[in-house]
Amino acid sequence: MINGILHPKNVIDQLVRQKVSHYVTLPDSETAHMYKALMAEPSITVVPVAREGEAIPVAAGLFIAGQNPVISIQNAGFYEAGDALRGLALGIGLPLVMFIGYRGHNRKGDTPDSAASMLEPYLHLWRVDYFVIESDDDLERVPLAFERAAATNQPFAVAIGTEYAKEGVE
Amino acid sequence: MITYENACQIINRSRGSAVSVTTMTQTKYWNEISEEPDLDIGISNGMSKASSIALGVALGKPETTVLCLDADGSLLMNLGSLATVAGVGPKNMFHFVFNNGIYAITGGQPVPAPGVKYAEVAKACGYSASYRFEDTEAFDNTLPKILQSEGPVLIELIVKGEPQTDGVDQTWESNASLPRQLRALRKRLTGKDDWGAGGLYI
Repeated sequence: MINGILHPKNVIDQLVRQKVSHYVTLPDSETAHMYKALMAEPSITVVPVAREGEAIPVAAGLFIAGQNPVISIQNAGFYEAGDALRGLALGIGLPLVMFIGYRGHNRKGDTPDSAASMLEPYLHLWRVDYFVIESDDDLERVPLAFERAAATNQPFAVAIGTEYAKEGVE
Repeated sequence: MITYENACQIINRSRGSAVSVTTMTQTKYWNEISEEPDLDIGISNGMSKASSIALGVALGKPETTVLCLDADGSLLMNLGSLATVAGVGPKNMFHFVFNNGIYAITGGQPVPAPGVKYAEVAKACGYSASYRFEDTEAFDNTLPKILQSEGPVLIELIVKGEPQTDGVDQTWESNASLPRQLRALRKRLTGKDDWGAGGLYI
C-alpha cells in the first residue's frame, strides 16, 4: 500500500453527488473504515452480499428497477465474480461503477501479492476501463468514472489503491 | 411429483403484475405461458444468478412482487445468496426452487447432493417462511395464500426432471435476448426508455 490518505467521507461525498442509491459490497480489510462511515450516510443503502459473485447481479437488478447502485469488492473477490462480469455486466451493457479494493498494490509494481499483480492485466483482459485512486487528491476521477460508464453502457472500475483512513486521521 | 409445466401454470395463475426471474428449464415453460413478457427476465449468460438479480429488483422496487423461479443446481452454485436475501429481507420476494436433483440441461447428471432440503436451508438462513411441495394439488391450493404473506419466502418444488438429450446452442440472437428483456423491464418499471445499446450483443 502507498502512503496517500483516502478519507471515506470524501469518497462518500462523491457518491452522494452522483446520487448513488445502493452500495453493494462484501467488506475487506482495506475498506473497513469506509463501511463504518457508509452506515452513517442516510441517502445510501448498504447491501451486504455473502460472496463477491453476487454483487454484479444484485446491482443489475437494482439498476433495472431504476436505482443507481455501485459495487465495492476486493480484487481477489473480483476474480471470483468473473462470470458475472462477463454475462451480467459486459454482456448486458450495464453502466456500473465498480470500486475494487487493490489489495497488495504499491507504486513500484513489484509486489509479492498476486491479487495485486493480476488486477490490471485482468481488467485489460475483460476490456474494462479503470482509474486507480490512491488518495483524496485523486477523487476528481470518480465523477469521470460515472460519466464513462453512462456514456458507454459498460462497467467501469475504480481501483482503490490504498487503505481507507480511519475517521479523524489527517 | 410435480411437473415443470404444471408448476409454471400454477405460479402464472397467481402472478398478477409480478416481475418474474426464471432460469434453466423453467424459462422454456414460462415463456410459453407468460402474458407479461415485459415483466419477465429469463436468465441466460448468468448461470446461478437468478436469485441475485431477483433480489436487486425486489430491493429496487419494494412495492412490486418479484418471483424467482430458481433451480436446485443453479442455487447450489450460489447458495450463499440465501443468506444474502435473508439478511436484507425483501418482503416482496418469493423464491421458488425447482428441485429435480439433476443437471437437466447437460443431460441429467446428479447434482452433488440430491437430497438437500432447500426449504430447511432457507429457513435456517432466516427467510420469513419456507415450504416444500411434492404434490401438485397441495401446491395449487396453498400458493395464493403464500403470495399474500411477507417475504422473503422460499417455496421448494420437487419436480420431475426433464434431462435434455441435445445441448443448448448459444447464438448471437439468444445472447441478445437477455439485454433486450432487461431494457424492456426497466422501461416498464421506471417509465423511462433511457438504457441505450451497449455491451457485447446489442
